[in-house]
Amino acid sequence: MTKTIRFRLNGTPTTIETDGDRTLLWVLRTDLSLTGTKFGCGEGICGSCTVVVGGEAVRSCAVPVSSVDGKEVLTIEGLAQGGVLHPLQQAFVEHGGMQCGYCTPGMIMNAYALLRADPKPSREAIVKGMEENLCRCGAHQRIVAAIEGVARGKGGAS
Amino acid sequence: MSERFSIDRREFIKVVGGGVVVLVGMGPSALLAQDRRRVYPEDLNAYLRIGEDGRVTVFTGKIEMGQGVMTSQAQMVAEELRVALGAVEMVMGDTDRCPWDMGTFGSLTTRMFGPFLRAAAAEARAVMLRLASEKLGVPRGKLVVADGVVSVAGEPARRVTYGELAQGRRILRTVDDTAVLRKVSEFTVMGGSPQRFDAVAKVTGAAQFAGDVVRPGMLFACVLRPPAHGAKLTRLDVNAAAKLPGVTVVNEGGLVAALHADPEAAAKALARIDASWETPAPPFDTETVFDHLVKAAKPGEAAGVKGDVAAARAAATRLFESTFHKGYVAHAPIEPHTAVAESKDGKVTVWASTQTPFPTRERIARELGLANENVRVITPFVGGGFGGKSAGLQASEAARLAKITGKPVQVRWSRAEEFFYDTFDPAAVVKLVTALDAAGRITLWDYHVVAAGDRGAELFYDVPNASIRVSGGWRGEGTELHLFGVGPWRAPGANMNVFAKESQVDIMAAAAGIDPIELRLRNMTDGRMRRVLEAAAAAYGWKPRAVPARTGRGRGVACGVDAGSYVALIADVAVDRGTGTVEVERVVAAQEMGVVVNPEGAKMQMEGCITQGLGYALTEELRFRGGEILDRNFDTYALPRFSWLPRIETVLVRNDGLDPQGGGEPAIVPMGGAIANAVFDATGVRFYRLPLTAARVRAALAKPA
Repeated sequence: MTKTIRFRLNGTPTTIETDGDRTLLWVLRTDLSLTGTKFGCGEGICGSCTVVVGGEAVRSCAVPVSSVDGKEVLTIEGLAQGGVLHPLQQAFVEHGGMQCGYCTPGMIMNAYALLRADPKPSREAIVKGMEENLCRCGAHQRIVAAIEGVARGKGGAS
Repeated sequence: MSERFSIDRREFIKVVGGGVVVLVGMGPSALLAQDRRRVYPEDLNAYLRIGEDGRVTVFTGKIEMGQGVMTSQAQMVAEELRVALGAVEMVMGDTDRCPWDMGTFGSLTTRMFGPFLRAAAAEARAVMLRLASEKLGVPRGKLVVADGVVSVAGEPARRVTYGELAQGRRILRTVDDTAVLRKVSEFTVMGGSPQRFDAVAKVTGAAQFAGDVVRPGMLFACVLRPPAHGAKLTRLDVNAAAKLPGVTVVNEGGLVAALHADPEAAAKALARIDASWETPAPPFDTETVFDHLVKAAKPGEAAGVKGDVAAARAAATRLFESTFHKGYVAHAPIEPHTAVAESKDGKVTVWASTQTPFPTRERIARELGLANENVRVITPFVGGGFGGKSAGLQASEAARLAKITGKPVQVRWSRAEEFFYDTFDPAAVVKLVTALDAAGRITLWDYHVVAAGDRGAELFYDVPNASIRVSGGWRGEGTELHLFGVGPWRAPGANMNVFAKESQVDIMAAAAGIDPIELRLRNMTDGRMRRVLEAAAAAYGWKPRAVPARTGRGRGVACGVDAGSYVALIADVAVDRGTGTVEVERVVAAQEMGVVVNPEGAKMQMEGCITQGLGYALTEELRFRGGEILDRNFDTYALPRFSWLPRIETVLVRNDGLDPQGGGEPAIVPMGGAIANAVFDATGVRFYRLPLTAARVRAALAKPA
């Protein structure tokens, strides 16, 4: 059923008229042309579709778009400000925290929510917090190092 | 001659624009001789172009799937051409713009294609020096070149840039044998680890993958799939689906699909297609496949025979007979197979997640009845391949559907389709009979591998009497061996062969009461292998020990050769006797790969191999019953996760006297063997089958000794 859904998307007030049962992932990728958020498993298992809704990491393939009504949605495209990479993005670049790059947006968004909840996580807390995000290339060691770097440096996502 | 020659040179210049262009030539014969199976044809596509703005565009048929060759190939060009790395742009895997290429696999980009690319860049440098010599009126010998600027030695003010030299030019140059490559001691760009070319795009979401390609009016297609391989369609009713608003149903030549502008609406429409299937009775499954393989495989030829195996067996005082097993393993890239196809004015363009853009183009052309030049395959970033995207059914499906509907079509497999149509690493069996004499020398090696092929089966131990018999390769031999697709999986077959070999050596060491590294060194004269094994032992801090620890914690070593590189790897494990869970705590790997183009990139590949290798060693085994695939997503098929991550230490052993060798695969091949050997050290129990799942370990430990 078509609904009007109003939310802030990467800081911009956004209104869409669509079937509220459609998943957030495909509305982002098709209607809103934000293709940085990736399809991986379609069942909320792998985390490549992770976005941040109201400060929390959410599997966008597993939630209806109606669930973001009135909320703040942040995707990978909204992280850099004025052409300057977010510290997490910068850390992933510097540590080489990616190979094929397909899981990377989900990794970064999950880490963003993790650091928002706990700006100075231990290594164990980082591992636990990232556990449900899958990477097949085996970039894990450098992803952890990148998040640790941010946690030790500026204290995490603002 | 072939269709590849059909574009004429004038036409070609119009396509690529002005400047200096270096074409593929017949190729330096010495380089071609490295691998006669793969010959780069005389194609009218350029390797590189120096533009009038001084920027260098590199055209390569290779694709970037995470292995870092976008960066390392740019380094090669910058090095040989003497330009800043930042002046280089990469165009990859576009069949209309790049020189023909067989595909990106086998860790061949650096060791096989690299010399061609470097020669092309060196040739371009020679052209630039000639032009500068004319322009400046100075003999070539008095010119120096750096950062794309040619100047007179000792008179830096007398200079001309590559861009200025390229102005108004239409120069074509063909690569030949005369290009002189720079020496390792001269390297300023190769041998370094600059920021990856793809890094910023990949952290901002800007990096484009096949599924991110949007074409006007594009439809998303969901294709009807059988419940099992080998199932036959007995009844089909598409009426309900076809009546849904905005839905197009295609039913042509065995291809049944529902299409819609919204991918979820297409999936819903597919669910409304009513189909019945007849599925044959399952002839074998996850557990019984090994008996089937042994019975069904052809006897195979014995290769690598030396000495007298029968006599050595008769004379042996200490004989070891083992049989090793490994199940099917999925590639499971996080990006499923995806393609977007568009048919326009008789030409079909396909954006595909593929490791083989050129063979894919040729296949699609055949399937659609088009000439090769009327099909263009463009490869955006590929979201993981590991061999699995050498096959590309999805690209064919997208192309067919685009042609049928007249609209751009995206086919993106679901995770279940990805698990169904994967070309798995095959289940395999190795039977091995060896003997050890009183001095700890291996006297017999009688090796028979079924279904994994010969990669990694070769012997780097000095055994006087040896036979290596290979029945069936990793591509599958026709349809008699497997019920579904098999194909290349990171170091195809080598993971199985190295697991078997290196387990067997450990079995002998334990039986003889000899430290496993000592036994290996005692039977090994290959200098490259000795150096990596000694380097790994030193980095690990290995202290010889002749009996297993049996404390629940253990260490294991394994060695392997792959893609021209040597690697030795030591793993520490902790085994939970109650649950059977094996935790790999530390991995030390030493690798020698000739000249290293990009050390950090090489280490990232080693880390990737080690982390990915945890999967086939500990959990990954596709479950199936006949042609029915039982694992359909990551909830039951367990990939390595963050909590599995061991402390990884990688060591690159220098060998600048050898051309760059492969780096994408070698470090994965010893993972199974090293972990199995470490579990033996921890528990005193030997495991002959991969993966070492918690259930299997628990069951084995529960058995009375």
